[in-house]
Amino acid sequence: MLEARNVKKSFGTLAVLNGITLTIDAGQVLCLLGPSGSGKSTFLRCINHLEKINGGRIYVDGELMGYKEKGEELYEMKPSDIANQRKKIGMVFQKFNLFPHLTALDNVMIAPMGVVGLPKPAARTLALELLERVGLTDKANVYPAQLSGGQQQRVAIARALAMEPKLMLFDEPTSALDPELVGDVLSVMRDLAKTGMTMIVVTHEMGFAREVADHVAFMDQGIVVESGIPTQVLDNPRHERTQAFIKSVL
Amino acid sequence: MISDDVIARPLRHPARTFSSILILLIFSIFLWSLWSSPGIDHKVIGKYLFNPQIIDGIKLTLILTLLAMVIGITLAIGLAVMKLSTNPLLRTVSTFFIWFFRGTPLLIQIVFWGYLGLIYPNITISIPFTEIIFFTSPTSNLLSAFTAGVIALSLNEAAYAAEIVRAGLISIDVGQSEAAKSLGMRNQFILKKIVLPQAMRVIVPPMGNETISMLKNTSLLAVIAVMELYARASQISSQNLAQVELLVVAAFWYLVMTTVLAVPQAYLEKKYGRGFASTTDSHMRFIRGARSDKT
Repeated sequence: MLEARNVKKSFGTLAVLNGITLTIDAGQVLCLLGPSGSGKSTFLRCINHLEKINGGRIYVDGELMGYKEKGEELYEMKPSDIANQRKKIGMVFQKFNLFPHLTALDNVMIAPMGVVGLPKPAARTLALELLERVGLTDKANVYPAQLSGGQQQRVAIARALAMEPKLMLFDEPTSALDPELVGDVLSVMRDLAKTGMTMIVVTHEMGFAREVADHVAFMDQGIVVESGIPTQVLDNPRHERTQAFIKSVL
Repeated sequence: MISDDVIARPLRHPARTFSSILILLIFSIFLWSLWSSPGIDHKVIGKYLFNPQIIDGIKLTLILTLLAMVIGITLAIGLAVMKLSTNPLLRTVSTFFIWFFRGTPLLIQIVFWGYLGLIYPNITISIPFTEIIFFTSPTSNLLSAFTAGVIALSLNEAAYAAEIVRAGLISIDVGQSEAAKSLGMRNQFILKKIVLPQAMRVIVPPMGNETISMLKNTSLLAVIAVMELYARASQISSQNLAQVELLVVAAFWYLVMTTVLAVPQAYLEKKYGRGFASTTDSHMRFIRGARSDKT
């Protein structure tokens, strides 16, 4: 589903990603762990081309992201083609980024209607189904400002799912939440993983990684230091930086 | 049992009472001085207040304001987007336009458009540097004083409004367009459905200001003989020599119109404020200190 080969990204002279190579098969959940500034979020944003990469290749569902490859040459894609590629990749942000001028229902409806051209009644049915799935049927007509952080994040998940993505990216989805609201969001994500959604989750929730992830990758200073199945990386980390990090978060 | 509800005597404001009386007094003296002044004939004011020519002037003033604002704001949105564009050519064109039209007096721009025929006696559509001509006509036929006035006001307004629109656009968090992009939305859709509707909250109040300015600035078109309210008033006073009285008539109507403009502005502010906690309220509450529910 996702193949990242030697992905490099720098902001000016600051190198953030120094060659990330990762693959995920369809239906798997990958958790990215690591200290802040290790490049986890940047890598996630490179996958759907919110950031342009400086080196390497990212393939999603077999398609090269952001560029066309013809023989040896790479061509930049038109913005509309990039938009098309992003349709199959959902993203959930740390700060929710719901559209504050739209109700929860409209937040979920706007992309299927405006991007795919789904008729309004169908979009409405879809949106109500998704809100039910995240447990917010009763909040359909409420504006984001009237929702708690956890409710907002669940609407954001429903909004991303409305595009029926093949891959879901979660950028620290629970970091901005009060502790008592984290559980609801994680349980929605857990259910989503059970349905066979391919997910990449940047998180500090070790419990979630242990329980839900098929793979865990530990990043530091723009590289993947260690990766493998959760029990191996979390319980018996081989690398010293991983050991130090896991000790510090537990 | 003694109730612990807060039932306190309200704080007294003796200075407020005193200054209110003082202000009322000063205002009454001013009104009385106007009323008793031998320079103003009230009957003349009354006579011309609903004069058909004045009413025609009011209609034209309203039409000019509406047209100039609609065209101006439409151009302004384009200019603001251009100025925020990554395309250096578009940025430069927009910056130059704003620089030029903000940097020269509106009165000069109006005179320029009004007397365009002096610079370009004929307007011709042809293939440049050849003899092939598709269309030609004297400028004065094509560009009436009204059209020239609308062009002058619109272009000038576009330059000012562009900066207001730009301020609105950059006030929206980047997370909004990132979220929209991640859903596969295209740039134009994001602008129209996500960013602009939110930016309107910031844009509407200063745009209300602009509309009020515009309403009054239409009076400058008198110099190119567009017969709006001020031109009508001064035309009448050139005949009956009641200059002050007719200026009072015109001022009265300008005041009425700018007052009425507050209604659509309040409506727009409410419309685009949906989904946002009333920040004006909470800011004012913070500034004034805690308030009880009663007030």
